[in-house]
Amino acid sequence: MNLLALLRIALRALAVNKLRSALTMLGIIIGVSAVIVMVAVGAGAQARVEEQIRALGANLLLILSGARTQSGVRLGLGSNFSLDESDAFAISREIPGATAAPAVRGGAQMVWGNSNWSTTIYGTTPEYLPVRQWTLAGGRSFEPAEMSGAGKVCIIGQTVVKQLFGATDPVGQTVRIRRVPFTVIGVLETKGQSMMGTDQDDIVLMPLNTARNRVLGATTLAKQRAVSVIWVKVEDGLDTNAVADQVRALLRQRHRLQPGADDDFSLRNLAEIMAAQEASSRVLTILLAAVASVSLVVGGIGIMNIMLVSVTERTREIGLRMAVGARTRDILGQFLVEAVTLSLIGGLVGTLLGIAGAFAVGQIAGWRVLLSGEAVLLAVAFAFLIGVFFGFYPARKAARLNPVEALRFE
Amino acid sequence: MPAPLIRTRGLEKIYRLGDSEVHALAGVSIDIAEGEFVAVMGPSGSGKSTFMNLVGCLDRPTRGAYALGGEDVSTLDTDALASARNRNIGFVFQNFNLLARTPAIENVELPLIYAGVPAAERTARASEMLARVGLAERLRHLPSQLSGGQQQRVAIARALVTRPLLILADEPTGALDSHTSLELMALFQELNRGGMTVVIVTHEPDIARFAGRVLRFLDGRVVSDEPNAANDARALLAQEATA
Repeated sequence: MNLLALLRIALRALAVNKLRSALTMLGIIIGVSAVIVMVAVGAGAQARVEEQIRALGANLLLILSGARTQSGVRLGLGSNFSLDESDAFAISREIPGATAAPAVRGGAQMVWGNSNWSTTIYGTTPEYLPVRQWTLAGGRSFEPAEMSGAGKVCIIGQTVVKQLFGATDPVGQTVRIRRVPFTVIGVLETKGQSMMGTDQDDIVLMPLNTARNRVLGATTLAKQRAVSVIWVKVEDGLDTNAVADQVRALLRQRHRLQPGADDDFSLRNLAEIMAAQEASSRVLTILLAAVASVSLVVGGIGIMNIMLVSVTERTREIGLRMAVGARTRDILGQFLVEAVTLSLIGGLVGTLLGIAGAFAVGQIAGWRVLLSGEAVLLAVAFAFLIGVFFGFYPARKAARLNPVEALRFE
Repeated sequence: MPAPLIRTRGLEKIYRLGDSEVHALAGVSIDIAEGEFVAVMGPSGSGKSTFMNLVGCLDRPTRGAYALGGEDVSTLDTDALASARNRNIGFVFQNFNLLARTPAIENVELPLIYAGVPAAERTARASEMLARVGLAERLRHLPSQLSGGQQQRVAIARALVTRPLLILADEPTGALDSHTSLELMALFQELNRGGMTVVIVTHEPDIARFAGRVLRFLDGRVVSDEPNAANDARALLAQEATA
């Protein structure tokens, strides 16, 4: 007996009890659509994390000044200005494939015309932009003369542009920061929020010396040449961890730390932190899919239940089919095809519903959803397997009936 | 003399009910030749249904030998028995056993599906058989749209469509009124005259009188095996019409 004939028999049998078939399919429909929506939501979250990693730059090291201990009280990271700009230059110079950008940070009020805005100041070097993978939307970066001469120039982020200038082109305008006039020489591209939720566009960059000497004031810094952070970008294709070890060794040597002594700085591998976040979002996706799969399994049990009822109801039909020559595999095939038809139709309807549901969630909740063909295919294949798995026992029960007893069944 | 169509030797069937054993059939040895019309009679529990199940290859004997058309079928496995039923035996049941919500022609095609006959040939043979039992106009009717007699004719067409060695009918008139029963027996006699071997299991003497040979069962044994001067059902129908 060929598959087409079995399919026709199955469809006719299912059409006899339309409501029952539809309700049985509902379990699979809900299961499959739940899997598709959940995987789409999870994959969307994962894609967002991956995007942020790309935006940040995958191979980035962050070095913070170490903690200072004062009368037994540890003052937290950055309290001890153990890093200075020469450390950054040494990293760039001595470690192949590493580009370091030192920075000092502080807050300040900016004034332009009659508007003012409080923002974060970064004093840094021109390397800062390539290291952070930030690009200019307009204007230019710092020039060597401005670096060495503590030039009163700055590059501003989009939030600052919006708050201070509105629609005016800020490049070439003069702003005052702590009463010091600065010329805006460049505007940064929009970067959006960081993963921690801070606005990366609310920022002003200026030469390191300018920030230290003219804005933040040397008093806030223990040493003239100290910096609070050094960002290190590792060239693509190099092992970030290996470079991190080299950087650590170099800094320990420069700071004359004895073997066994603690680092007086803190070195963080951002790629690792991001990878951990990505891993956790992947676990989330798997978890969501697993929870949704439970409903698919429950749907499968529904199929098994209905197929068992159907086999009992149709015992005489089975007996007759056997009497006219149906072999074990014919009966097995008939009921298996019926169960799989239930689960496959349910799977296809569930797929359509799941795709619609994923879009609806994306629209209503504003979440990023990502539909993948593989997830859809997997859900349908899973539905098929559920049909085979849960259809097999009732089908075998039918196929093992004794024709004499089946014919006499009341 | 050619080998008989049905040859049983010491056929026994023992059912186990808990600890006790029931001898449903206690050694039956009979021959039925091709072209015979045999009625199997006996009260309930006499073993006639068990005998029919064995002859119909629906069940295997506990002991004894059974050859159908010269082939030993008493030791075949489940699937081989199914195939033997498909090729050799046409069943007619008391309650018709038609598939509900399935047109007459598809009911008749059913055994051919399991025989692996291609669709076009199936349809041709099924409609030919339905015409032969007088239902040429009702191919697409559902069982629920047919009378009891018509439903049993569909069942007979289904039994005949595989060109079996014999028709095995279990109380075929049990659910029909006497006039329809008479028409049905006329059909069986007609088929028998065409050379078809017919075995009817019945407890009604009224039905058995149309057979050419009557086997009586009691307590799992054949207690009598006599030829019978068969009444002609067609002639009785004609009388009824004139009366």
